[in-house]
Amino acid sequence: MPFQPVILWTDRLVFLLVAVIIAAVWYIRGQPHLLAPWRKVARSRYGMCSLVVLLVFVAIGLLDSLHYRPRLEQPGGKGPANFAVEVRSVFDVLVDPLGKRPERTYSAPLAAFAFAKETIERPDGTQVRAFPRLKYGGAHLKDPETELTYDVVRRTIGALGVAAVLWILITMLVAAWLASRHDSDFGTTLSDIINSRTEMPWRAMLITVGGVLAVAVVLAFLSARYHVLGTDKVGQDVLYQALKSVRIGLVIGTLTTLVMLPFAVLLGVMAGYFRGIIDDVISYVYTTLNSIPGVLLIAAAVLISQAWMDGHPNMFETVTQRADVRLLFLCLILGITSWTGLCRLLRGEALKLREMDYVQAARAFGVSDWRILTRHLVPNVMHIVLITVVMDFSALVLAEAILSYVGVGVDPSMISFGTMINNARLELAREPMVWWSLAAAFVFMFVLVLCANLFADSVRDAFDPRLRVGVLRLAGARARLKPALATVP
Amino acid sequence: MLAYLVRRIAYAIPILIGVNLITFALFFFVNSPDDMARMQLGQKRVTAEAIQKWKADRGYDKPMVFDAQASGLQKLTHTVFFEKSASMFWFDFGASDDGRDIGREIRTRMWPSFAITLPMFLIGLLTYLTFALLLAFFRASYIDFLGVVLCVAAMSISGLFFIIGGQWLISKLWHLVPISGFGSGVDIWRFVVLPVIVGVIGGAGASIRLYRTLFLEEIGKDYVRTARAKGLSEGRVLFRHVLHNGLIPVLTTIVVAIPSLFIGSLVMESFFGIPGLGSYTIEAIQSQDFLIVRAMVFLGAVLYILGLLMTDVSYTIADPRVRLT
Repeated sequence: MPFQPVILWTDRLVFLLVAVIIAAVWYIRGQPHLLAPWRKVARSRYGMCSLVVLLVFVAIGLLDSLHYRPRLEQPGGKGPANFAVEVRSVFDVLVDPLGKRPERTYSAPLAAFAFAKETIERPDGTQVRAFPRLKYGGAHLKDPETELTYDVVRRTIGALGVAAVLWILITMLVAAWLASRHDSDFGTTLSDIINSRTEMPWRAMLITVGGVLAVAVVLAFLSARYHVLGTDKVGQDVLYQALKSVRIGLVIGTLTTLVMLPFAVLLGVMAGYFRGIIDDVISYVYTTLNSIPGVLLIAAAVLISQAWMDGHPNMFETVTQRADVRLLFLCLILGITSWTGLCRLLRGEALKLREMDYVQAARAFGVSDWRILTRHLVPNVMHIVLITVVMDFSALVLAEAILSYVGVGVDPSMISFGTMINNARLELAREPMVWWSLAAAFVFMFVLVLCANLFADSVRDAFDPRLRVGVLRLAGARARLKPALATVP
Repeated sequence: MLAYLVRRIAYAIPILIGVNLITFALFFFVNSPDDMARMQLGQKRVTAEAIQKWKADRGYDKPMVFDAQASGLQKLTHTVFFEKSASMFWFDFGASDDGRDIGREIRTRMWPSFAITLPMFLIGLLTYLTFALLLAFFRASYIDFLGVVLCVAAMSISGLFFIIGGQWLISKLWHLVPISGFGSGVDIWRFVVLPVIVGVIGGAGASIRLYRTLFLEEIGKDYVRTARAKGLSEGRVLFRHVLHNGLIPVLTTIVVAIPSLFIGSLVMESFFGIPGLGSYTIEAIQSQDFLIVRAMVFLGAVLYILGLLMTDVSYTIADPRVRLT
């Protein structure tokens, strides 16, 4: 085999998550009452547009989760296969030139010359101080000073043309698909889309697709010959780093809530349903955990895990595997600190639900407690779970950057938004300023988090119109104060 | 009231014991004194005697939780748990790795933290409430829409961006205040202004949006309609009736944070070079000084529980319908 597949722990969980989502979609399709709120999400313009962008990020993240180790060339030909220490992903292959064109050090976006002057030796033996040409950025140009702008503009226009053709093609395909679904003809469907008369906001979604396509194709065309967002201190392409960071952001945002979800749901519902001593114990556990400031608990746990890993260096084959275990551990710890809020919410909801007629009826019929929990309570609190998961996502992506800055986030060898910002933050003090690493990290993070926020809002509106912005958090605070507010009329 | 307070304080004790046990488990079992010694003395070429000596110097050579050889009460007190962990209850945090008393460090370092967080808290609260009321006043208009859009955008920006951007714009480009550092006396304001501005702007998006929703929820209630029907002006309805009642749910989110102001903000203090508890913790994390981190975890929990208590009490002051029994 020319390569050896590597399945990291987080990859496993990501694939498991994808499988669960596919299964859930399959199940919900057949259940009209479950489908109804999702139809509402599908009608929301902001929700669907941000979903389009989110799907692009998810695609990058999934491609970046298919890891392998390439086979090393052997001088003798035969012999046992050796595989490279470096773990690569399918995404690396797709954007192949990006990751493999290191310059010596900083270079500005779309530059052909290095960022700092160096002493260059001329062919005739004399030495001059000048900006040396970059090894890869704009290397195809004979005289960059005159040709660079023209070349960039020409490539951008070419890319926009290609994007436009692709976009029209996609629009046609969508129109044809909708026409065949609704048994109407192509022309009417197309005019419906253009005038935004469709049930789903297809026009807005297609405009978003157009925007994403334009950006992606222009970036792809230009990065074939340039470092579109420049290079960092060790000469690595900043665009490549930003794209690689997407997977870490997604992993932290999704896996963190998912690893702790079973505990939070089960414990919360059990506390509310059984009450008494079980409730006391569970409430005690989450109040205790909650009273420790999150950052400090995370810091303490990460420090200790780090000390443990330093003591067991032989457990991991490659640096990537080691960094991955650390990432998983970070997700676990973040999960431990963040499940308490959900647990409290679910306890409150279960307290309410257990008095409902259908639960009373089930109990009167002699249905077992376990069956009441799984069959009657858990399905009826799922909307709260879903809202919490989507709302937590963006906060977790932002938290990663801060934790990595503090030094208790992802492994320093891992490219993430946090490590990018951390490595680049002192560069603003340079003269002239190196701003592109920071700008790239912040812009990518902003787009990801903004889309996640907008999507979360539309999901929340669809699933629980009573819970408006922030009331969720407030409800948590109120539930905690319940015993105190004994005699509110 | 007094009986209630006593009961709440009594309720806090098992929680603090739980926190203490968690930190003890994390710092002394998962990461045993042997590991600590090895890390302090260097991973390689460390002899068993050196570890023993290190442990003896710091009093880690005792049994963990129970000493069978001692007599009487000493069975419990002559242990690592009692001397190192339970001692946190009377705020004896021991000495850090460089030999300084952690308790004294905390007492001197909490004031710089407080100098940043208190103005940040007060100015922030005033600003957020004002903007939230404004948005509620202009509800369902373009101003409101624009405000919410800005809030969502601001929420999506990383806090680090505001810090780095603020330092670059105000200090480096305009040279208005120093980039970082801390002074004493009257001069202190020059170092406080920038972190406060950055902190207030950084928290604006989420808070304004939350408060706006709380106020809008109040505006939909019957008493507001009655007040309007009485012929009160919209401004009077908002500032007199809605603000007063809307503040009650706001209390839950803010009062709990007041004691924790002493802890300061980790990221902020390290960026602005403020010698407070936040930078103390960051330095401890980076030099892997476990005792300091442990002390801060415990202190944070104590202050949080104090905040919960204050929240309950503040309810009775703000809302006479609430009786604490």
